[in-house]
Amino acid sequence: MSLLGNLLSRRGKSEIGPLEYHRRLWLRVTVALTLIFLYMPILTLIAFSFNDSKRNVVWRGFTFKYYEKAMNNSELIEAFVNSLTIAFVSTIVSVILGALTAYVLWRFRFPFRAAYEGAMALPVVIPEICMGVALMVFFLRTGFNTGGWVWPFNLSAITIAHIAFSFPFAAIVIRARLESFNTELSESAKDLGASEYQVFKDIIVPHMKPGLIAGALLAFTLSLDDFVITFFTSGPNTLTFPVKIYSMVRFSVTPEVNAASTILIVITVIITALALRLQNRNNMLQAG
Amino acid sequence: MQSDASSNEPIIEINDVTKIYGSDVRAVDNVSLTVNRGEFFALLGPSGCGKTTLLRMLAGFETPTEGKVIIDGDDMAEVQANKRPVNMVFQSYAVFPHMTVAQNVGYGLKIDGVAKKEISARVEEALELVKLGGLGSRMPDELSGGQRQRVALARALIKRPSVLLLDEPLSALDAKLREAMQLELVRLQKTVGITFVIVTHDQAEALSMADRIAVMESGFVRQVASPAELYEHPTNRFVGDFIGQINLFSGSASPAGEGKVNVSAAPLSDQVLDGTATGSVCVAVRPEKVNVSRDKPADSNLLSIQGSVADIAYYGGYSNLYVDVGAADPVLAEITNAERGIGPGYAQGETVWVSWRPEDTLLFAE
Repeated sequence: MSLLGNLLSRRGKSEIGPLEYHRRLWLRVTVALTLIFLYMPILTLIAFSFNDSKRNVVWRGFTFKYYEKAMNNSELIEAFVNSLTIAFVSTIVSVILGALTAYVLWRFRFPFRAAYEGAMALPVVIPEICMGVALMVFFLRTGFNTGGWVWPFNLSAITIAHIAFSFPFAAIVIRARLESFNTELSESAKDLGASEYQVFKDIIVPHMKPGLIAGALLAFTLSLDDFVITFFTSGPNTLTFPVKIYSMVRFSVTPEVNAASTILIVITVIITALALRLQNRNNMLQAG
Repeated sequence: MQSDASSNEPIIEINDVTKIYGSDVRAVDNVSLTVNRGEFFALLGPSGCGKTTLLRMLAGFETPTEGKVIIDGDDMAEVQANKRPVNMVFQSYAVFPHMTVAQNVGYGLKIDGVAKKEISARVEEALELVKLGGLGSRMPDELSGGQRQRVALARALIKRPSVLLLDEPLSALDAKLREAMQLELVRLQKTVGITFVIVTHDQAEALSMADRIAVMESGFVRQVASPAELYEHPTNRFVGDFIGQINLFSGSASPAGEGKVNVSAAPLSDQVLDGTATGSVCVAVRPEKVNVSRDKPADSNLLSIQGSVADIAYYGGYSNLYVDVGAADPVLAEITNAERGIGPGYAQGETVWVSWRPEDTLLFAE
């Protein structure tokens, strides 16, 4: 009889088990709210980029025309190309600098190492506005005015500023990766005849690779969407995408801004996905 | 497994080597050792005894604070790890995770600038030697622990070093595999004829594999001898106690004529034994040398003590009898269960005699 009872009760909705959190209401509500707060604004932004209206308030039908308009806005395109160029250069330099910094801090003991490490990490905690003002004053005082140079060298000042604030992030990520390095690997390579440089090239860099990718990703996105520091270090001829958007928004928030932002979001997502994929494949190779 | 391959020509000479960490941690304290060409040599000791530090000084990862290390006739003081005629198998195997098995094994040759063709031929040969033939294209994470260790072995042997250093090579393997690898390492050593220096804390491993063993304790070398010599003729209490099991009785001894001493060590009193140690001493006997009987042994030459059976531990082929004789520790007697029956045939609490021959008795100065 009890067997029959069991069978019957299973036919209906079964009790929520102690570990079946995904079936509990409070968890579902939390997840839903989190997703709404995180993604509703972005989804709205994307949706209204297709809105056939000059204002961003009422939905008036579907159109691609603001994408067309954005594509034909030469100033916007220029700003976009500037941003990508700055991000590209500053990412490469940041990762190289960050990797070398991380390696030095991890590999060697020297006086004031802790102080050096702290000083290196400082730009991470310094408010961006302070960094921005400081860099602006620095470039003014030193007369390092690159705004009049020919493209892409007119972006030098901004690029230097971006490297200055993003390489510590790369260094921190790469340093964390190095902590998991088994020193017997480098000793083993040395034992087999490798010089210090060969050990670095053949053993340590491959181990750092996921850190390098993560660091690059971080540096790239930091540079691409930086507004505050760029605002202080850019001249009238060296607009970047976020600064340009800002100036457009000051006149009116048109769907053109939405369209441009959507393109930026799509590019960022694609790059992030690619990098994560690369890193995952690497992790799988390194497992065990 | 004594070998005839080893000569008396030294390949490693360690002269008065001391390693001090910080200001006063003496990891290795005034050690002098000689390892002969073609020998399977073991550094044995509990953790923290300095055996790994000594091995790392041979490899070149540590520099001696004092003393000299000579390998193959050359002073190693100024020679970096990557220029030494030794190769090492690390405890974690240290197989490069981003390289294939073949790339791992061929790495040392690639560094040396050997031609690609020769590398692949020698890699294949080395992999055959460690029974990994055909696995060259695998990645390390596709291998078992035992296979990874073979990769580490092949990688170290391919450069044909004068000496192969092995740091606890079997400690990460499970018991069955470890036993198989012990035999295989010995076979491998005989095949390639390279001097092996192995570090281990496992006495069974050292006894079964090595031609000679150096027993270390807190930075000192306590005894260097063949396995049988170490077991049957330990020169001090530490070695006797560390290798195998042993019964120890503390007491005192006074001279009693040419080569003899009179020893009193509770529960033994006024026993005249061969030896020279006087003053505070320690009498010792191995458990398998101890006989157990119900009656007092007739032979009056034997050292015999009456006691009662405190505990019996049955191990199948043999049993351990713990006999309470009124001393601090019970006397341990190992009894072979030679006949099919019901174990040692003694009951707990039973009154018995333990006895052993005077020539099986060890005497250590304390």
